[in-house]
Amino acid sequence: MQPFNLLVTICLIYVIGLFVIAYVAEKGAAEGRLTFLRSPVVYTLSLSVYCTAWTFYGAVGSAARNGLEFVAIYLGPTLVFMGWWWLLRKLVRIGRTQRITSIADLISSRYGKSNTLAVIVTLMAVIGTTPYIALQLQSLTLSFSAFTADSGQSIPSPAVTAFWVAVGLAVFTIFFGTRNLDANERHHGVVTAIAVEAVVKLVALLSVGIFVVWGVADGPSDIFSRMDPELLKGGQIFTPRWVTLMFLSSTAIICLPRMFQVVVVENSVEKHLATASWAFPLYLFGMSLFVLPIAIAGQSELPVGANPDLYVMTVPLAKEQTGLAALAFLGGFSSATSMVIVAAIALSTMMSNHIVLPLWLTLNRGRNPQSDDVRTLLLRARRLSIGGILALGYFYYQITGGTDALASIGLIAFLGVAQVMPALLGGIFWQGATRKAAIAGITTGFALWAYTLFLPSFGGAFILSQTTIDHGPLGIALLRPYGLLGLNIPDHLVHAVSWSIGMNTLVFITTSLFTTPRPIERRQSVQFVNVYGRFSPRSGRSHSAEPEELLVLAQRILGRNTAIKLFNETAAEQGKSRGLPDPTDSFMEKLERDFAGSVGAATAHAMLGQITGGPAVSVEDMMAVADETAGIMEYSARLKAQSEELTKTAQQLRKANLQLMELGEQKDTFLSQVSHELRTPMTSIRAFSEILRDSDQLEPDQLKHFSGVIHTESIRLTRLLDDILDLSFMENGQVKLNIRRTDLGSIIDRAITTTETHLQERKILLKRDLDHEAITVNTDPDRLAQVLINLISNAAKYCSAQKPEVSISCGRSASAVLIDVADNGSGIEAADIDLIFQKFSRLSGVFSAGSAGLGLPISREIMRNLKGTLTYVPTAKGALFRITLPL
Amino acid sequence: MAGKILLIEDEPHIVEALSFLLEREGWQVVAHSNGADAAQVAALRQPDVIILDVMLPNKSGIEILREIRANTQTAQKPVLMLTAKGQARDRAAAQEAGVSVFMTKPFSNQAIIDTVRSLAQ
Repeated sequence: MQPFNLLVTICLIYVIGLFVIAYVAEKGAAEGRLTFLRSPVVYTLSLSVYCTAWTFYGAVGSAARNGLEFVAIYLGPTLVFMGWWWLLRKLVRIGRTQRITSIADLISSRYGKSNTLAVIVTLMAVIGTTPYIALQLQSLTLSFSAFTADSGQSIPSPAVTAFWVAVGLAVFTIFFGTRNLDANERHHGVVTAIAVEAVVKLVALLSVGIFVVWGVADGPSDIFSRMDPELLKGGQIFTPRWVTLMFLSSTAIICLPRMFQVVVVENSVEKHLATASWAFPLYLFGMSLFVLPIAIAGQSELPVGANPDLYVMTVPLAKEQTGLAALAFLGGFSSATSMVIVAAIALSTMMSNHIVLPLWLTLNRGRNPQSDDVRTLLLRARRLSIGGILALGYFYYQITGGTDALASIGLIAFLGVAQVMPALLGGIFWQGATRKAAIAGITTGFALWAYTLFLPSFGGAFILSQTTIDHGPLGIALLRPYGLLGLNIPDHLVHAVSWSIGMNTLVFITTSLFTTPRPIERRQSVQFVNVYGRFSPRSGRSHSAEPEELLVLAQRILGRNTAIKLFNETAAEQGKSRGLPDPTDSFMEKLERDFAGSVGAATAHAMLGQITGGPAVSVEDMMAVADETAGIMEYSARLKAQSEELTKTAQQLRKANLQLMELGEQKDTFLSQVSHELRTPMTSIRAFSEILRDSDQLEPDQLKHFSGVIHTESIRLTRLLDDILDLSFMENGQVKLNIRRTDLGSIIDRAITTTETHLQERKILLKRDLDHEAITVNTDPDRLAQVLINLISNAAKYCSAQKPEVSISCGRSASAVLIDVADNGSGIEAADIDLIFQKFSRLSGVFSAGSAGLGLPISREIMRNLKGTLTYVPTAKGALFRITLPL
Repeated sequence: MAGKILLIEDEPHIVEALSFLLEREGWQVVAHSNGADAAQVAALRQPDVIILDVMLPNKSGIEILREIRANTQTAQKPVLMLTAKGQARDRAAAQEAGVSVFMTKPFSNQAIIDTVRSLAQ
């Protein structure tokens, strides 16, 4: 097989392998299996995206050209991981609690969620990363052509190779970088693939190194003896450039978008940092171990003029170790691809979140965006961004490929993204840092970087002409990019670092001192700076809470007296005779405990957090507060329901009581009336019986008359008692009815017979309607007769006409039999109609001996018991009482 | 010693009994059964003693008593009140209205005669 085809095959198989690994890892992570993927080893290996093709190939090149300079590139990150792990830990913790998705997000979030900052950082990251991606493409095409240089095979031009590599990388990244939109933006599949590539890189470099030391030479001493003494010029270590390189590389480990992605965003367990703090330096050590021997071997074994950047591969090739060379090629391939993939993911996240989404939201203002819309939009934006980023990288490569501009771009890019550093460090350690300062610092630094390093690096081909670079714009020497304001540092990189980072930091600090943070910035700054613990006191500083504020809060929550007592006691404990206690840790904890008793633990924590400037409210806090509130609401709802029920019961009781009292009053009135009605006949009886008893000389007529009165009144008394009992029984529904089918006429006959004497006495004409009386009714005939008797005798009694008449007429409606008893008297006045059916009522101006006023109430009760009615019908003339009986 | 008695009562048998008793004792008894104009009748007839029923058609005995007391012509007349109710609060209402003697029905004939006699003095 031709070497080129072999390489393509190897690459394809390798990439397919990576696809499978990433897919399995992604699936496993989603299903909660493959927990080893979340091990610190995988995390550490994923950090190796730091080692790009530039380091894989370039470190050897750098060593061949500049000796030990390359060590600085490895030493920076090593120092950060070993010595500054607490900085990383703080970043990781902030990333976790604030759900940070990228470095742009971190900066923007810290400075009051400023989208301006996010856009600036994103653009900087894109500008800084694009050349870097181009660099990867270049190294890949270079290694392709180096591998196949001697084969004589016609191979595609480097541009074509670069194009297809870029396309492949885009597909892979889109596939695994935008499979889902996870809130924490972790990509298990990608990370696992990166880890595998890290192993390949290390194994490849170590293999080549071992081959060089023990295969080409006879061991370490032999290889170093071949070293060109020029290679290690003593002055090269700890020169300003060396220190600058260390500074840049240590900054890069945090500020490079891809590094931030793997260090902070993809970190799933904070403790992994502990492992990484020794394992990652160890990895870097492994990566750098054979750099020098390979460089030496390249210089000694390969013809002069061979590209030192390709020694890793060309040395084995020269020794006809095709397999080893292929491995080395794979190592470089891995380095390049892993860098591009992670960088594309990180940049696409930034671009979609901070540029596309805000734009879309602005354009679609007024529309209520559905979460699905946003989701789809974000995914599309990311995919497009990834494609766009790789396209940018490809075009950059096309334009500048093979020039020196690209070779030195690594460090230039480092410095570009390093401009974020002051704002980043200030943001997480200094509460006083403000958004305006961050914007001012970053733009100043970025501008200076562009002017003093980036633009001149094109060598006059881009924006700045060679004349400008040499003599300054418009010939003003003070403005020369490489000697700004006369600062004469021969090394352009050191010059640019001094200017950009120096001015950046200066502007950042001074602007911070002279601007006031907005409330949201202040809140965010508190959350970032105090990300650990609740009231972790900063050294030498007490809590920012004012005791007065605490007292006001405490009084609201605990009540005035309790709060004052608590504060006085604490002040006494603190040895203060007067004034408020200092907000010490123990006091704050006590306050939180006491508050928790009143408002719930989470709410108490959140409240004190707000007032003390401690870590404000996390999502967990909010959930806890919500739970507590829900509990309280539920309890309160239950109380409310109970209270409503009680109120209802009380109302019912009050009503029942009122009814009882009414009944009691009715009973009293009734008894009083009964008493009166009974006493009246009894008075007559007693008076006349005493007269009879005490008088000796009564006429026989008188004797007869008086005893007649006694007799009459006795009967009245008896009837009264009967009526009262009758009524009482009927009202209680205790009356026994004897219902049977009877001819209505016969009942009327009975009633008339009973009242005949009465009618005759008063010479009353009785009219009947015999035809219509021929109706059979189903009722209690005795009771119905009683009603009729009562009505007829009432008519007889009260009819005031000259020629009194009483008429009884019958009829039937659809559902009832009607019996009317009417007289031709003056009738009953409207105001009295209700009165006549009341017990013991006798109408004024009407006198009737022997009536207790129970006739109509009893009659009405009877009709009620017979399921009929008794009503008074107002007519033009006389009184008319109507009985209805159900058919 | 005979005097005039105004008997305001609506029960005919009681009127009959009291009239018989008091007339036998030498009193002139004027009976009146309607409450509405009872007070005017009292002022007109100027009786020595007024016997007043509490439950009368149209007007309660208590009201009539107040009218009697309000009228200077009758304000000082002794009033014997008869009631079939006889509850404490009726008695209190009568006292307040200025009753001379309050008796409940049924009464003893002798007690009525004695009371009327003592009131007339």
